[in-house]
This record gives sequence, structure tokens and C-alpha cells, in this order.
Amino acid sequence: MKILVCISNVPDTTSKINFTGDNKEFDKNGVQYVINPWDEYALTRAIELKEAKGGSVTVLNVGEADAEPNIRKALAIGADDAIRVNAHPKDAYFVAQQITAVANEGGYDMILMGKESIDYNGFQVHNMVGEMMGIPSVTPAFKLDMVDDSTARLEREIEGGKEVVEVKLPFVASAQQPMCEPRIPNMRGIMTARTKPLKVVEPTGGEAKSEYVNYSKPEKKSGVKLIEPENAGELIKLLRNEAKVL
Amino acid sequence: MSVLVFVEGLNGEIKKSSLEAASYGSQVAQAMGTTATAVAIGDVHEEALAKLGEQGISKVLYDADDRLKQFVADAYVKVIAKAAQQESAKVLVFSNSNIGAAVGSKLAVRLNGSLATNVTELPKIDGGNFTVTRGVFSGKAFAQVNLTSDVKIIAVKKNSTDIISNGGSAATVEKLSADLAESDFAAAPKETVMQDTGGGVLLPEAEIVVSGGRGMKGPENWHLIEELAKELGAATACSKPVSDIGWRPHHEHVGQTGITVSPNLYIAAGISGAIQHLAGVNSSKVIVVINKDPEAPFFKAADYGIVGDALEVLPKLIEAAKALDK
Repeated sequence: MKILVCISNVPDTTSKINFTGDNKEFDKNGVQYVINPWDEYALTRAIELKEAKGGSVTVLNVGEADAEPNIRKALAIGADDAIRVNAHPKDAYFVAQQITAVANEGGYDMILMGKESIDYNGFQVHNMVGEMMGIPSVTPAFKLDMVDDSTARLEREIEGGKEVVEVKLPFVASAQQPMCEPRIPNMRGIMTARTKPLKVVEPTGGEAKSEYVNYSKPEKKSGVKLIEPENAGELIKLLRNEAKVL
Repeated sequence: MSVLVFVEGLNGEIKKSSLEAASYGSQVAQAMGTTATAVAIGDVHEEALAKLGEQGISKVLYDADDRLKQFVADAYVKVIAKAAQQESAKVLVFSNSNIGAAVGSKLAVRLNGSLATNVTELPKIDGGNFTVTRGVFSGKAFAQVNLTSDVKIIAVKKNSTDIISNGGSAATVEKLSADLAESDFAAAPKETVMQDTGGGVLLPEAEIVVSGGRGMKGPENWHLIEELAKELGAATACSKPVSDIGWRPHHEHVGQTGITVSPNLYIAAGISGAIQHLAGVNSSKVIVVINKDPEAPFFKAADYGIVGDALEVLPKLIEAAKALDK
């Protein structure tokens, strides 16, 4: 089974988010980058399936060279090889086109990724790739198993419940918890990752359909109004009469 | 040229998030000098559809195919694409739900359109520019984005639009048939299982959320969270450590790697307010924090606070909530 896992290189969840250049650009200064946490579920599950059924796991990133440490980290966790499409990921549509081009060429059985990136929160790319390739996309999935060599069984979250879906290979799925326990690299993995192939390819096409023009941050709260714990009931009255939310 | 809104039904009624999308869509239509049409599928009564007039919808296209009662992305896309073509829709509006965002993404490819999900405000339409504001960095920031294609697709974040209720008279309901083939149902679910909320409120749709963290000391104390939620008509939620230890199910985990909520009122009991948790809740209109540590970072993001042990404070809140006129 050939599995393609798409990963994004994103600011660590503890990052403070700032903008520069008249709020037109994200300020990378002092920001640590990690593999998008949602993508870690897809990566680990792909490696588990490979271990159980044989095959290979290829990691794909659409991004610039500064993503390579985290691509190496994915290799250290257990992927076999990697491809980086050398481009700034302009928008979801652009990224989906790049993934589709790589996936069509590679003939993968499964294309997995996280349900969204924690920086741009699109929840778009997986469904766009499915549509571009004309294959099913099951999102967001929290369970993924093989029924037989050509059929997978997934459970996906819907508002207020879940759906059980069976699809034939090939398909696209996006992952979220509790699909698996994401792995961290061990020393042996880190050593072998250095020599695993990482291919850099240039983007194809390149059309984006949206344009980020400006950023802003949420307004700061004006300050907390404290209520003594002995008079906790007073809070309920304030919520009704002052805040008017009850 | 018109605006097309996709509305989702549940048990015959229209979901609150779809009433928000309808309100959003009719306001966009007004700004563009056109009308708003809704498209509905599956599990919703025709009377409920006609009432969309209140949200400013003039016409509803309804595909009553029984096979559409459960969500099948390819079939939904086909129906909505047909409605979009019939209405020459230039703007399509969805709720930013797992269904709405999924169908919106596929339609963006099929209709060659620009898509923005997680949209928090009405667009600014200025000459040739159509600019929306969307939440990015998991609630830590907003971005203004130009949608550059002829067709624009917008998925509106829940609880970020007021529902308008004086839009106009009843909408006309027309049948729509998209001539669906067996192959459109190839990825249809085998089984759909709805959560038992015990008659409570679903977290993604909730206007009030009562959430607990490690300060609750154990799952055996969760009856306090549940009881307060019941009195306030709220949904229950939890912090990441709580779902990681297994005190509560994963679908209750609110935060950067869980779900993002934006209710009118978020009550956090025994949650310190790590930056990842704040990201998931900071678009809530009013935040209440109960924590015994006065230095807990959550107090900086709160409107009201009580410095005290959640296990002692919650019973007092439950008592006061019971005394409210409902």
C-alpha cells in the first residue's frame, strides 16, 4: 500500500502571533515551527498501517526550504521518503493543485492529512484534492482501518454524531484525534532520517483564488470583574442584568 | 446573479447555524442589490423552509430525495451546483460546519470559485474588490482576504452573525431535482450514530458553554458541570488535559487542537487558560473564569472571575441559576 501524507509547517501551539510590515505579513521572529498537530495523526496512522500491511509512506510538503527540518522529523518518525514542492503555499486551492499533481504522478492508494492547519484553519485542502482527483474524501476522520486489501473503513465526525463510511482505494481522508497516539522520533529514527530521500520539485500551475491582504488581532478584554467566592451567586445576577447573556 | 445559501436540517427543523448563514446571505444580497435564494436537502419540513422568509430569503429550492437524509458529499455537491447554475449564483453561503465546509470546498473546484471558510464578518464590497474577514491562527488572529474569482463561496463561522427575524414574508418553496445517479452515493455512510446528549445541547451549536479543567479534580465531580449546564441550557466542554486523561470524551475538548467555540457565554471552571485553550474560546462574547489560583492566565482573558475552588463555587452558581426566572 502506497500512502501519501501531506504535512504543513506551522507555528508551535504556544506561539504568540504577531504581524509585521503594516500588519500585512506574519512575523516569524522568535517563532518555533512544528509539524501541524492534526497532520501528526495522519502521519502516525499511515506508519501504523504500513507496519501492519506493508507498503510505503511518502511525506509531502508544499512550502519553502525552511520547512525541511520538520520534513526530516516526519522521516525520523517513520516515513520512507519525502517530497517538497518548492513554493509559498498561497492559498488552499493552490496547495490542493500541487498535492493533486504529486498524487496523480505517484499513484497512491491513500492520501492523508490533518483536518486543517492550525495557522490558516481552512478545512479545505482534503476535499479540494478529492474533487480534483475525482475520488472520495472522508473528513474529518477519527478512525481509519482496512477492511480488506481494497477497502477502508472510516469513522468521521459530523455535528452531534458520527458516520461510518466504507470506501474503495484510492481515497483522501483528513485526520483528527483520537485516530492514534502521535509518535515522536527516537534516536535511531533521527539517524536514519538523514539519509532518506527528500526530493524537491517545482510547483505546477500556480493559480491561487484568494489573496491575503491584511491581518488583525482580537480586541483585548478591558479587565476582569472579580466576585468574592462567598457571593458566587451574585455572578449569575450580573450575567443576566449586566452582561445580558442569560 | 443572486446569492445562494445552503441550509442544513436536523429532525425536520433548520439548524441555528443555517439560520445564521441565511441571515448573512440575505444581507450580502441586499448589499449587492439582488435576492437571496436558499437550497435545502433532506431532513427538513417545508413549513420550516417557508419561514426562511424571516431571514430575508425570497425563494427556497428543495430536493426531497430520501437518499439525501444522510450526508453524502458528492450528491450534495451535485444538487447545490445545479441550484447555483439555475440561479446564476455569484455568491454561495454555507455554515462553517463539517458539512458546509466540505461541500463548499468541493464546489470551489467544480465552479472554479474562491472559497473562504471560518468567516466572521459581512464582506466589504468595494468596486471590484470583495473582501471577507476570517479567523486564522486558531482564534489568535483575523485575516482580511480578497476573493478574486467570479464565484465567491463563504462558510460563516457559527455564532458570529446575528439571526435576523424581520426579513420579509414567507419564502416560496420550489422543488429541485438534480437527477442523482447511484454512483453519486458511492461514499454514502454505512451507518450514522448520533450522540446521546441526554436532552442537552450540542457543543458546536451552543450559545452557552460550561467547561471544566483539571481543577475539577476528577470525572466524579463532573455532575457539577452538567448540572450548571442543564440549568443554563448550556453545552458541556473540557480542556485538553481532561480529554487526554480520559475524564471526558474527545469531542468535548475545546482549544487549538480541539474545537473552537464562540458562544455568548463561556464559563471555565478549574481551567488555568493555557494559550492553546484561549485560542479555542477567545471569540466568546462573555468569559467567566473560576480558578483558585489568582495568577491563572485565564483571568486576563476573562470578563468576570471568581478566585476560588471550582468544587465549592459551582454549587453556589447552580443554586443561583435555579432561582432565576426562566
